[in-house]
Amino acid sequence: MLANTTASDTEATTTASTGGPTTPSGRPPRSSLAGRARPGEAVIKLVLRLAAAVAVLTTIGIVIALLVPAIGFFREVQVFDFLFGDRWAPRFADASFGVIPLVTATLWTTAIALLVAVPLGLGAAIFLSEYARPRVRNTLKPILELLAGIPTVVYGLFALQFIQTTVFREWLRLDTGAFSVLAAGLVMGVMIIPTVASISEDAMSAVPMSLRQGSFALGANRMQTSLRVVFPAALSGVMAAVVLGISRAVGETMIVAIAAGSQARIVTGPLEQGQTMTGFIANAALGDSRVGSLEYDTLYAVGLLLFLITLIVNFISIRLVRRFRQAY
Amino acid sequence: MASAPDNAPMHLHATHPGQVPDYIARPIMRVENVDVYYGDFRAVTEVNLEFGLHEITALIGPSGCGKSTLLRSLNRMNDLIDGARVDGEILFHGENIYSKGVDPIEVRRRIGMVFQKPNPFPKSIYDNIAYGPRVTGMKVESMDDLVEESLTRAALWDEVKDKLKQSAIGLSGGQQQRLCIARAISVRPDVILMDEPCASLDPIATMRIEDLMQELREQYTIVIVTHNMQQAARVADRTAFFTAQVSEGTGARTGVLVEYGTTTQIFEDPNDQRTEDYISGRFG
Repeated sequence: MLANTTASDTEATTTASTGGPTTPSGRPPRSSLAGRARPGEAVIKLVLRLAAAVAVLTTIGIVIALLVPAIGFFREVQVFDFLFGDRWAPRFADASFGVIPLVTATLWTTAIALLVAVPLGLGAAIFLSEYARPRVRNTLKPILELLAGIPTVVYGLFALQFIQTTVFREWLRLDTGAFSVLAAGLVMGVMIIPTVASISEDAMSAVPMSLRQGSFALGANRMQTSLRVVFPAALSGVMAAVVLGISRAVGETMIVAIAAGSQARIVTGPLEQGQTMTGFIANAALGDSRVGSLEYDTLYAVGLLLFLITLIVNFISIRLVRRFRQAY
Repeated sequence: MASAPDNAPMHLHATHPGQVPDYIARPIMRVENVDVYYGDFRAVTEVNLEFGLHEITALIGPSGCGKSTLLRSLNRMNDLIDGARVDGEILFHGENIYSKGVDPIEVRRRIGMVFQKPNPFPKSIYDNIAYGPRVTGMKVESMDDLVEESLTRAALWDEVKDKLKQSAIGLSGGQQQRLCIARAISVRPDVILMDEPCASLDPIATMRIEDLMQELREQYTIVIVTHNMQQAARVADRTAFFTAQVSEGTGARTGVLVEYGTTTQIFEDPNDQRTEDYISGRFG
């Protein structure tokens, strides 16, 4: 690594310190293009490389830490039974490890959260980037980003106590129990709005002004300019925002652990309770499962599945962006 | 200038494209006592001008003389800038485009604009042209025909007809600018404003745009801002010379119109010393 840095150092040369007529020792002047050792540069490079390496190695470490116990799990349970079984009862005497009930709960909460966060988040982004005057934008954006700073346990309590108990059961008299995927999903959606809005707004603000002017000069109005020129030009950034939102929804734990419920049954409607994949991990990890036991390994199998799901979402979105993006 | 004497003298120069009489027989736009402000700053003051139908008018002058500012107020593009304000009247077919009830969107459809830096949308060549007609709700019998017609008029059709679905970003700078011109004429405007359209182009691309302007003049009225005096002399029928006046009290610079006439007169027989200094290269 060090040899590499010194080699590339010689290519880039500064002219500031070279080129004087004579050196103090009276020797003839060096060629003004000659390289010069800059030890500080090498140190910085090394530090930066280490920082990058730590991030990569940590990811690899996580994958290994997930894989080893998960392999243990799949020695006992068929992959097919895990992925397609419809009964999740890892602690029962006649244990069953079909993950479908957990997946349905995760799908419900994620879908509901996205139905809230994507339209509202993109709407907020278009308003902030295309309609709001600078002063309004500079006031509203930090406030919006404040929403992202609220601890998720507070959102969870809000979903359980206010949305589910007060709004759904007392005010609306809905036919629902103590928990529901709808309450958890709605509040999770609100939690994700700032993520979607803030990143999309950055992407839309980065679209050159000249494109907007070109659109206005043709007789387009502000809405047409926003939706047909700015939005498509910012699509890759907007997609990144949505994907980050999906990843946060799939991986969000506290809200669903508190408000979605804790019984792993296939969820067929938004007012039902359900245990998500993250909800199961949170609950089971609090218990006293012995290291190396099948129950312990089960956590990692579910964790691995979560990891794969977010990975697939990322891959699909990269593909989509490549196909639809309008690079400016 | 607006009145037309019966036996108006003609300045005929074989090499000059704009062999126009020194009066404007058919004005399409009139600028009357126009001041343009950005907040408290007065960028241009007391401008009176007329643009003749199917003529090319060049606005020239040193940097900061307000010529681009004036150009942008001709189709209300300045509306998009916070604090920009226009005093006075800008008449288009006799109607003040700044009066209440006038829709700036309709103004911009009738008075198109081509910018200094080519700004094609990051869409296909076809969609770049079709965008204007689509958003303005133009009734179009065949969009394919309209796209072909616009590209043909902008002298770009032969170069792009086989790659209409490809991104416009892949075109060269000169092609991009001709695409922007094609895009501007796709909505069938009366007037095309050009803000230094060749500033970022090489000489060959510049020449093509200048040739194109001569063809477009048959159907459109063109107002062009240019830094390049030779360009004004080559393409324009009439030329308006602006300069920046420094106020003695505040030191604020304000653009003023010094002289307006046929291009031949401005370049060969200027009435004002400042015009003569500028075109002979002694100033600016």
